[in-house]
Amino acid sequence: MSNHQKSHKRLTLILVCGVLLMFGFAYMLVPLYKLICQKEGINGRSGATASSMAGLSIDTTRTIKVTFLTTLHQHLPFTFKPVKPFLLIHPGERKLIYFYAENKTGHDMTVQAVPSITPGDAARFLKKTECFCFTQQYFFKGEKADMPVYFFVDPAIPSSIKEITLSYTLFDVGDFLKKQQHFTKGRIDL
Amino acid sequence: MTDQHIATQDNDHHDHDSHHGPAKGWRRWLFTTNHKDIGTLYLTLSFILMFVAGTMALLVRTELFEPGKVLLNPEFFNQMTTFHGLIMVFGVIMPAMAGLANWMIPMMIGAQDMALPRLNNWSFWLLPFAFTMLMSTFLMSGNAPDFGWTFYAPLSTTYAPKSTDFFIFSVHLMGLSSILAALNIVVTIFNMRAPAMTWMKLPMFVWSWLVTAFLLLAVMPVLAGCVTMMLMDRHFGTSFFNAAGGGDPVLFQHVFWFFGHPEVYILILPGFGVISSIIPTFSRKPLFGYHAMVYATVIIALLGLVVWVHHMFTTGAPMDAQLFFMYATMLISVPTGIKVFNWTATIFKGSLSFETPMLFALGFLVMFTIGGLSGLMISLVPSDYQYRDSYFIVAHFHYVLVSGSLFTIIAAVYYWLPKWTGRMYSERLGQWHFWLTTIGMNVTFMPMHFLGLAGMPRRIPDYALQFTDFNQICTVGAFIFGFAQLIFLYIVVMSCFSKRFPAATSQVWEGAHGLEWTIPSPAPYHTFETPPDLATVNAAAPQLE
Ligand SMILES: [Cu+2]
Repeated sequence: MSNHQKSHKRLTLILVCGVLLMFGFAYMLVPLYKLICQKEGINGRSGATASSMAGLSIDTTRTIKVTFLTTLHQHLPFTFKPVKPFLLIHPGERKLIYFYAENKTGHDMTVQAVPSITPGDAARFLKKTECFCFTQQYFFKGEKADMPVYFFVDPAIPSSIKEITLSYTLFDVGDFLKKQQHFTKGRIDL
Repeated sequence: MTDQHIATQDNDHHDHDSHHGPAKGWRRWLFTTNHKDIGTLYLTLSFILMFVAGTMALLVRTELFEPGKVLLNPEFFNQMTTFHGLIMVFGVIMPAMAGLANWMIPMMIGAQDMALPRLNNWSFWLLPFAFTMLMSTFLMSGNAPDFGWTFYAPLSTTYAPKSTDFFIFSVHLMGLSSILAALNIVVTIFNMRAPAMTWMKLPMFVWSWLVTAFLLLAVMPVLAGCVTMMLMDRHFGTSFFNAAGGGDPVLFQHVFWFFGHPEVYILILPGFGVISSIIPTFSRKPLFGYHAMVYATVIIALLGLVVWVHHMFTTGAPMDAQLFFMYATMLISVPTGIKVFNWTATIFKGSLSFETPMLFALGFLVMFTIGGLSGLMISLVPSDYQYRDSYFIVAHFHYVLVSGSLFTIIAAVYYWLPKWTGRMYSERLGQWHFWLTTIGMNVTFMPMHFLGLAGMPRRIPDYALQFTDFNQICTVGAFIFGFAQLIFLYIVVMSCFSKRFPAATSQVWEGAHGLEWTIPSPAPYHTFETPPDLATVNAAAPQLE
């Protein structure tokens, strides 16, 4: 009988360890997801960090249309739009596009744009060397600015992809302020 | 004094009861560590909650009887669909399966009780508190949780009502309860089997529950992690699911469905075990392909862990990932098909009789297959783009959950009720119950396939005019289906408390095999205090032939 109880205890202990491990696994999914998204470009995540374009040559035989889209999160009182609705680009060529933003909230505000790229399979080939979306952006009351994105399309992109949409959603990040305040690199104040 | 006198006179198991039988009154139920009592508690709670969640479903169907507002305002409609789903999954199907496990597993493997009886008491008593807490949100100011049973972020974080915190804690309690129950079941099956009961002599019901218990242990902690992340996002300034802080709402869906898809197998696998007990009994043949059934169950569970993205095909996963999850999902129909064919082969050339448990088992076989086939349709990525979030999905999962899980639970109750209460039930009423339920169920859910294909979205209290006719058919069916369950209630209550029906023999069903049929009906409070011997175990396991 006591033998029985002992083996109950051992098995229970093993199973409890398994349960705790799986609880930890739920949290492990967070960095795992970020890693896979960055590798695969899911949800434009690869677009959230700077890439280098060393050693790429321009493929002039192909032209890809990159369309820009902007959304304001939760009716944020901002104006936010690309200065041009789309650009034509050869793979391997670097282009610059500005996004115009104006703070109409009536007070100072920190915002951040979160990128997303469709189709999903194009996401990891549209790369940025510099982007206003890499950091939070501080806007004084009524401030207007053009914010830059330098981007290129990796020539390795499948030939089936002829159009890419780069979309930004502008979030109020007042609750999630990062250290580097008043960051405005590359911005043209208007 | 007199009791003792009588007890010493006749020398059967009544003698036993007077020494360490159940305590009297409410204390018996609050403090019990007896697996049969706890099984009864689980089944009773499940039965009560079935009527609660069923009433909510009827309110939803009433609102959908006509376009425009019929009865409920949209906020309340959303709360009703949310609670209907949550309670049916966590309060009806899961506790009912746990109740069956508690009652039957020790009796099927020749054990005297569950391995961890006190833990068993706790794992049940967590549930009434969890559901009281969940239901109490209706009494709070502001809305009750209204984001659907899948509680997607940011609906359940940024935009959720204040009462969501109560929802989160009640999910924690339910999860803890399931984990403890699963733990207990695994330890019981591993350590408490009668010495003669080797792995390949285990009844399919026990095998199915063993696999289910491992699934529970694997994914309930992930659900707990998921709601904990929600809680942290809501109150502790993290942003797991909030893009503004660097999180991602799609991550929620990954964490949720990593739990959510195995959950559907948690809901159905014990039911497969029930069917594997009932069909051989009323076909008077051993189960066809016992070994294949065991392996198929294990394979279904393993595959079930790697298909969750089929719930998220439209969230922008890369093509390769979509293909992988599509093929993996389609692959599950192979082991499931093996099971369906084996049950059919068991029936083939059997000497059939159609008592109520068999009727529900056959109803399961036909209608679960319909649900399986519509599941195959939505596993295809291109079709899923069309069917997603439409009534086709509602039709699909009700075919697998109602005729899958609910029908198997009802079949199990009819099958083992005489063993539990010692009395037969009214066979005539049972037949009525079956036919009304089956007709009602099909009238409710069959038209939903066509509504979905025609483009009616789910989770909306209103719809376009052209959907009216079919919605009215659905609503009529739902009321037939719902009210038919009152017959079930009457039958069960009568079998428990009335002396009108004949007493059951220990064999109960002519063709039944298994250790549970070797003990008297009603099953005495304590059974198998000495484990059954090799001959008894072998005689009870017909799959050996
Ligand atoms: Cu699934």
